[in-house]
Amino acid sequence: MATVDLHTQADVHHHDDHDHDHDHGNFWTNYIFSQDHKIIAKQFLITGMMWAIIGGSLSVIFRLQLGFPDANLTWLKPLLGGWITPSGKIDTEFYLALVTMHGTIMVFFVLTAGLSGTFSNFLIPLQIGARDMASGFMNMLSYWFFFISSVIMFTSLFLSTGPASGGWTIYPPLSALPQAMPGSGLGMTLWLVAMAFFIVSSLLGGINYISTIINMRTKGMSFTRLPLTIWAFFFTAIIGLLSFPVLFAAVLLLIFDRSMGTSFYLSDIYINGEALPNQGGSPVLFQHLFWFLGHPEVYIVILPSLGITSEIISTNSRKPIFGYKAMVGSLLFITVLSFVVWAHHMFVTGMNPFLGSIFTLLTLIIAVPSAVKIFNYVTTLWKGNIIFTTAMLFSIGLVSFFLSGGITGIFVGNSAVDIQLHDTYFVVAHFHLVMGAASFFGMLAGVYHWFPKMFGRMMDERLGKVHFWLSFVGVYLVFFPMHYIGIAGFPRRYYSWTNFETFSSFSDLNTLVSVAAILTFAAQFIFLFNFFYSMFRGKLAPANPWKENTLEWTTPRHPKHGNWPGEIPTVYRWPYDYSKPGAKDDYIPQTVPFSETPESNLPHENELIKLEMEGNDAIVVEKKNH
Amino acid sequence: MTTEFKIIEEPRKPLAMHPKKFGMWLFVASVGMLFASLTSAYIVRQAEGNWLYFDLPATLYWSTGVILLSSVTMQMAFWAAKRDLIERVKLLVSITMGLGLVFLIAQLVAWRDLVAQNVYFVGNPSGSFLYVITGLHGLHIISALVYLVIVLMSAYRLKIHSRNLPQIEMCTTYWHFLGGLWLYLFIFLLLNR
Repeated sequence: MATVDLHTQADVHHHDDHDHDHDHGNFWTNYIFSQDHKIIAKQFLITGMMWAIIGGSLSVIFRLQLGFPDANLTWLKPLLGGWITPSGKIDTEFYLALVTMHGTIMVFFVLTAGLSGTFSNFLIPLQIGARDMASGFMNMLSYWFFFISSVIMFTSLFLSTGPASGGWTIYPPLSALPQAMPGSGLGMTLWLVAMAFFIVSSLLGGINYISTIINMRTKGMSFTRLPLTIWAFFFTAIIGLLSFPVLFAAVLLLIFDRSMGTSFYLSDIYINGEALPNQGGSPVLFQHLFWFLGHPEVYIVILPSLGITSEIISTNSRKPIFGYKAMVGSLLFITVLSFVVWAHHMFVTGMNPFLGSIFTLLTLIIAVPSAVKIFNYVTTLWKGNIIFTTAMLFSIGLVSFFLSGGITGIFVGNSAVDIQLHDTYFVVAHFHLVMGAASFFGMLAGVYHWFPKMFGRMMDERLGKVHFWLSFVGVYLVFFPMHYIGIAGFPRRYYSWTNFETFSSFSDLNTLVSVAAILTFAAQFIFLFNFFYSMFRGKLAPANPWKENTLEWTTPRHPKHGNWPGEIPTVYRWPYDYSKPGAKDDYIPQTVPFSETPESNLPHENELIKLEMEGNDAIVVEKKNH
Repeated sequence: MTTEFKIIEEPRKPLAMHPKKFGMWLFVASVGMLFASLTSAYIVRQAEGNWLYFDLPATLYWSTGVILLSSVTMQMAFWAAKRDLIERVKLLVSITMGLGLVFLIAQLVAWRDLVAQNVYFVGNPSGSFLYVITGLHGLHIISALVYLVIVLMSAYRLKIHSRNLPQIEMCTTYWHFLGGLWLYLFIFLLLNR
């Protein structure tokens, strides 16, 4: 009897190994409260995509108002209800809520949690050769704190007084006084609570990413052999770890001002002719604290995309990345600089002009590492055997946006020029190109590129290319005209300009921007269809569809929790041995030892073999030839 | 079927520490940033004038002494764990918890002294900052006390010994950090009156 039992058990186990992704646990532990970094990454991705649809549709609604100020929007009543006035216009307070929530959702929920959460979680263990994160439990908590934060922020959209409306930067006193505007009531409270949970989620995630990268690399994976994606996630996590606590402090003091009557940010305020009791606060203090997070935050948004792009451009140019160390160095330099430029958001707060000139100088220095990165992307592409996969197109699109958006940074980063440009559409155009669209393109490139590893199937390339061209042209059509509108002096966040005669000559440009925005938004549904269709019906993915060198392609098609069925592979070389002279193929995976490729080794690599053999560590591998 | 042998170089194991201990240091760094930002906000705000000056309650000197003493007992508990003296670990961890509670009570007494000096949470930011900084530090002490309870429970289950040190080691790190943090905050507050 016992032998029979034993036999059955062994058989079942065998069967499980081959047919299921997860050996143990039930539906809840495998797909909902999972501690597997790959599942958590997909949870972040799906949640991020939902937020992107919400954030995008909010922008379409306010673009309707800006592009067609005379249109009758009664047809939106079923969706927006009381936010459409009886005369068929968007409620003015709701307009402010729309721009505020669009900013908050896109910056934090899509491009921070959706981007870092997805790709740091998915790629770090797979590319450094680890079974999972340092703490799977903390990683799971990180997602669920983000989920709670999402639920609270989403709920605030449905309040009768509206969600937070003081701009995504929530400057006091507007945000600190519930009586200041409807959105500063419960909407603002929920915003603050949601962000507190969001910060906890980011910190839990960030601690895990850094600790995993430093301590859990496989044998041979030295720092100089790390893929650039990992370097980018590493610096992103460091920035988050050091800057999010500062936002927490700012938010905490704001909560005390709102709910307990303290005066950190409030002083000398009269409402309806009556003085408030608050004395001695300083609203500029909030701006310092906020932008000490706020500026590093834009690098939290862009660095992962730059890392993803480095990897994709190198792979699809079939060339080693140009200037690996310069790429790492520039990431490091950007990380350091990100903490010392925050006051360039505050040039017009009455800051000492001398201080302004120092922050201008520091800000302009960021152009150096950024230019190094652009140069290296272009030189990697130069004379490569370029394969235009969809991911590659989106990566090249990122380089284009990062360049054209970065150039205008030189204007707005200048304390004198900023007096004219501050809070105009020029700034809007600048940051949407350089960090919004660029980082979004990096995220899309990442999804197209690693989709085969995530779901074991390929996305449709033809639909992908249609998606790319519509988005690429669309983004430029949206944001290029905004530069002109901004130089002309259009302030951002205004409900309408129809009362200003000066601005009426720009109404056709605004219409163009709105039409382009609607088309670009519509194009994203091609992606959504492609994504969900390919997940179930896409072509089955081969083991290494892009012929890439990194470790994630050595896992089975559907890696289980633990990633590699046997031992974790050992790494012998850097990840960019593409088109190496003398080599059989145009790529040599990181797991191939130098001693197996004498035909393509460089002199210093032969030295390396000797050195490592001398340590008596050499291992004997038995290869079976059938 | 033929078999073929190959000799392959063996690359070195990369530098690695205990991932969770490392994570604790990262957490410490982020808590450090939280208080660094609060103290910088304090300086920035103070420089703008309209600042209420008052003396720090004498109780804070006592509480500083208590928290420094608790760091000593915590370190001794760690050393005891290293030498497998489990009974001493239990005793010293309990003493540390007791001292932590005394510290918290002393901070509360200091708040009462502040109220007696007419320095309130709601009022001039000078006082509000003091309440926020001490309160937030107190919250972290409470989190560390919870951690100490967990460590004590592990000690009773004989899960702490010389071969299983990471948990008590991380707790020691955190406790020392909070003690050092308080020392920094206290000196900062003394210097920026």
